[in-house]
Amino acid sequence: MSNSPSDPLRPSDHADGGRDVVQPRLGVVGWLRWGWRQLTSMRTALVLLLLLAIAAIPGSIVPQRSADPNGVLDFKSKNPDLFGVYEKLQLFDVYSSVWFSAIYILLFISLIGCVLPRAKHHWKALRSRPPRTPVRLSRLDDHAESVIAVPEGTDAADAASHAVDLAQAQLRKAGYRVERYDQPAAGKRPAVASVSAERGYARETGNLVFHAALVGVLLSVGIGGGLTYTGQAVVKEGGSFVNSQMNYASINPGRFVDLDALPPYAVTLDSFAVTYTPSGSRGGTLAGDFAAHVTTREPGQDGRDQTIRVNHPIDMDGDRIYLMGNGYAPTITVRNSAGVAVFRDDVPFVSPDANMTSQGIIKVADGITDAGRDEQLGLVGFFYPTAGTLDTGAKTSMYPGLVNPVLTLWVFSGDLRIDGGIPQNVYALDTSEMTQLAGGTSSTAALELRPGETVDLPNGLGTVTFEDNQANGGVESVKRYVSLSIHRDVGAPFVLVFAVLALAGLLAALFVPRRRLWVKATPAADGATITLEYAGLARGEDPAIAVAVADLKRGHEASLEAEAPREASVR
Amino acid sequence: MPEAGFTLDNLSVLLVWTAIAIYALAFIAYAVDLARRSDLAAKAKDAAPVRELVGVGASGASGSSITRIRAEEEAALAAVEARPSARPRYLWARIGTSLTVLAFVFHVAADITRGIAAHRVPWSNMYEFALTGTMLIIAVYLVVLLKFDLRFLGTFITGLVAVLLGSTAIWFYTEVVPLQDSLKSVWLVIHVFVASLATALLAIAFALSVTQLLQARRERFALAADEAGAAGERAPVSSGPRFLRTLPSADALESLAYRFAIVGFIFWTFTLIAGAVWANDAWGRYWGFDTKEVWTFVIWVLYAGYIHARATRGWRGTRSAWLSIVGFGAVMFNFTIVNMFFKGMHVYSGLS
Repeated sequence: MSNSPSDPLRPSDHADGGRDVVQPRLGVVGWLRWGWRQLTSMRTALVLLLLLAIAAIPGSIVPQRSADPNGVLDFKSKNPDLFGVYEKLQLFDVYSSVWFSAIYILLFISLIGCVLPRAKHHWKALRSRPPRTPVRLSRLDDHAESVIAVPEGTDAADAASHAVDLAQAQLRKAGYRVERYDQPAAGKRPAVASVSAERGYARETGNLVFHAALVGVLLSVGIGGGLTYTGQAVVKEGGSFVNSQMNYASINPGRFVDLDALPPYAVTLDSFAVTYTPSGSRGGTLAGDFAAHVTTREPGQDGRDQTIRVNHPIDMDGDRIYLMGNGYAPTITVRNSAGVAVFRDDVPFVSPDANMTSQGIIKVADGITDAGRDEQLGLVGFFYPTAGTLDTGAKTSMYPGLVNPVLTLWVFSGDLRIDGGIPQNVYALDTSEMTQLAGGTSSTAALELRPGETVDLPNGLGTVTFEDNQANGGVESVKRYVSLSIHRDVGAPFVLVFAVLALAGLLAALFVPRRRLWVKATPAADGATITLEYAGLARGEDPAIAVAVADLKRGHEASLEAEAPREASVR
Repeated sequence: MPEAGFTLDNLSVLLVWTAIAIYALAFIAYAVDLARRSDLAAKAKDAAPVRELVGVGASGASGSSITRIRAEEEAALAAVEARPSARPRYLWARIGTSLTVLAFVFHVAADITRGIAAHRVPWSNMYEFALTGTMLIIAVYLVVLLKFDLRFLGTFITGLVAVLLGSTAIWFYTEVVPLQDSLKSVWLVIHVFVASLATALLAIAFALSVTQLLQARRERFALAADEAGAAGERAPVSSGPRFLRTLPSADALESLAYRFAIVGFIFWTFTLIAGAVWANDAWGRYWGFDTKEVWTFVIWVLYAGYIHARATRGWRGTRSAWLSIVGFGAVMFNFTIVNMFFKGMHVYSGLS
């Protein structure tokens, strides 16, 4: 039974395979064939799987550029010597490294090399008949026998054939594919009737679907990745984001993305809402229920009011927009000594802590003169939504809501070093060519403002105003901003479809039992009795095979009895 | 809600400790059972006339040791698969199971009161996840007992749960706090629940694999003893704890372990997919090689390897059992070490 067409074709070292590998003399083709057979063998697949599991581990220990770029920088500063070695081993990019790729590519080649011939074979098996009934059913592990009497005046061969008819009907009803293999009497041997039945083709179908779906997942990820982009943008209350490359704070396009042809739409942040647990709650102050209320516009359509929440991104023309972060964006105006406003903007402040102690940078490039000389001005701002004082005397924020908002400013003058055309981080100030005029180590105290207040800059350079947003019709005294993450992932729906297919295939491959059952009726030489044999053979894991044979026997005997309640007696 | 006095959460903690204490007692009862059951089995067999139950080599007593072992194993398998009413009446095992059920009732009560105290499903930080996860391990074990007599795993299951629950209550306890925004999702309920179920099933598969290894060793020794006996040499001492005499063959244990492992694997696959769907909503990508994602993937691949190994010549049996053991080791590692010490986006342990 090693190779009937309905057997699943399996690698030669599959536990169910009965064949021994014959080693022919190998030529070049022979070696290639040998290599291919090695690659597509179960053992290789298994070793590659285990290698894949092991190779994935370093990526959870060493920080990865893709998931944790700051961790990589941190590692570099802490272990400058190791960094070079790790870098050469691609340990910061494990999942795109040569060695990791080699393992999964080999694994998938092995998988395809195994699945393709099996699919072809299975296609044939699906259209072939159940195999011939084995001559000696009693040699099978799951086997049962009973003897019935032939009713008076009936030919034993007819009775045997009829008994098998009943079995055939019963098996077909149970979803088996059935085939009769009756043998006419020959010489001394009586006529033997038998039915061969097979079920569970879905097991192999599921197996193939599972493996093919995994290839589908890989292709969707690979191809989808080239058409995918991810970008970040900051939008302040009242401000808008228009989807074009220059409006992104950063953007990561896939290989085939045309950044000049992004879908045109705009998102305006009307307001941002958040609730904080009351001060002094257990577990510290927690922020939640973040909601960015926005108006979205697409060409040729009216604006739509939508809300972006955590876990609930909005969909814009195939892009998904996520709410990733939020903060305060104090409105600050700087006037020069002549009273001319040389800077006025909502400045997004970044906050690393739960109570929103935040920091922001203001750069005034033009319009400030100091004793007739043009100066550039840099302000480092610290914003405390609920200002309080630590034991050390330093200011801190005690609560993330706007209970006692205070802004302090350090003032630097000199050269901002932005004239060289080098792109600069808006969240960092290069003070290497500047002099500190207020705050920190300078002799003047930091400027301190509350919403609506104006203070003088040192050296008579002008004034700074912390605008009160409520005075301008805002809900709160200080504006807020949100950081949005904008994604287009063409591959994701396909990945999901293939993953679900894989799961369905897996269910069939693991739980549909593939088995063969046979019923054979052999009349005794004297024509008075018939021996009924029932046997089953599991193809692959099938814990219920013994039960299946027992059920078959019981059902068959019941139908025999029902038909001839008086005559048939089971001995 | 900083109320003074006795809160629902305090009650929950009290119930947890009660459950732990009873699990510990169940563990002791099950351990006594393991120590005694081989004697009981031997006595039962002597008392009853040799029935057709022992089909192979019926005159076992005088036969070679492997034949005797095979007969024992066959009888043990029949007992494992017997209906609850037809099972051997091991007194201490019954005490163990009764205590487990009792502890489970307290455990469920603890879980529910915690959920009510928190106004949400009680599995959103490490403490709650451990509370619910261990509860599901026991639930799965008790349900499985209806179909298979796996009470010989009782020491393992109650021991594991008592230790996990105890360390959870000591080190992972976190007060009730509101849910983080990213956890406010129906996927929290699905993803975490299915992950816990998978863990429970894989735990049982693991325990069966360990027993399988012990039994395989015993069978090997018996074979060696027979060979030595045939050659007229002194037989090596028979090995392994004596309760092995009441357990099915290594082969039977293996296929049982496999059946639990594949159900666990299906659940794990679902956990992976559900997690990816959730991540796509919460973080804007369905997969990002976050440390927890990596370990979930590693575990998935290990069990995929286990299932392949079962179908690979030369890997069936002891080798594949080791894969199941390593796989469950990774599951435990993922739950404990990765949650506590690895940096990543699954930072919901509530520990700091």
